Amino acid sequence: MNISATTELICFLALGSIVIVGALGIVLLENIVYSAFLLGGVFLAVAGLYLLLNASFVAAAQVLVYVGAVNVLILFAIMLVNKRETLSPIKGLKIRKILSGGVCLGLLALLIRVDITTPWSLPGPLTIGEQATERIGEHLFTDYLLPFELASVLLLMAMIGAIVLARRDVLSSDIGTGDKVDQGLIEKSSSKLLIEKPSS
Amino acid sequence: MFDLSSGSIPLQAYLILASLLFCIGVWGLINSRNAVRVLMSIELMLNAVNINLMAFSAYLDGDLIRGQVFAVFVITVAAAEAAVGLAILLSLYRNRVTVDMESFNLLRW
Repeated sequence: MNISATTELICFLALGSIVIVGALGIVLLENIVYSAFLLGGVFLAVAGLYLLLNASFVAAAQVLVYVGAVNVLILFAIMLVNKRETLSPIKGLKIRKILSGGVCLGLLALLIRVDITTPWSLPGPLTIGEQATERIGEHLFTDYLLPFELASVLLLMAMIGAIVLARRDVLSSDIGTGDKVDQGLIEKSSSKLLIEKPSS
Repeated sequence: MFDLSSGSIPLQAYLILASLLFCIGVWGLINSRNAVRVLMSIELMLNAVNINLMAFSAYLDGDLIRGQVFAVFVITVAAAEAAVGLAILLSLYRNRVTVDMESFNLLRW
């Protein structure tokens, strides 16, 4: 075992443990803000795993899109909806958690068994290493051109859809008098739909 | 540079790591009561799938790296999903003034 292989192994173990511990923190911690910051750490560790796999372009895309966009978006959403509320207890929550944990452990056992027992056709062809970015570009503009264009249409649709969904339909001035409308008053007096529980 | 096809880390290590991450994501998806945490769990699951794709691309498809192209597409779709999901969440919060998943049961029965 030479020194580069040892370094690779140490990096893999460190990044893998960050990913697993961070993911457990995300689903188990009470405070949602801690979860959001841990999510950023998990995304960065996954980008490190991509670097270990000789994929510098995807690692950069991971950092830019996930840490730079998705994580910031989630943090903003938390700031917009972060109201401290005491969740009403539901009966059977504990048994539900235990049951779903059992199901997830079963799924994990199944997946790990498949991972280990499948005869992968190793070793595959030689890796092209640092030429990966050029090869991705070739793929995107030759045999994956249609999915590439569809992805751009999908992003446009998602952008317009997000704007339409998150828009607040409040006029800035009163139609009758032309006065400025007190935005806070509208916010307070607007009827909240469907707050009350159905009487079942 | 080390040759990945005979490197020290076996392919199965990446696959097991991805399986663990996916199962944690599934558990969080089922058990979270905060809607934002549900979205985070979905992101975890997508990342697990991406790790799988990248590992296959490096170990089994080293010259064509189609897995990396797929991973780029998955990242794109995940970004779109996060944007629309959080917009839906804001809209829900505006109507029901809570992010508790148990109270979003209008279409339940």
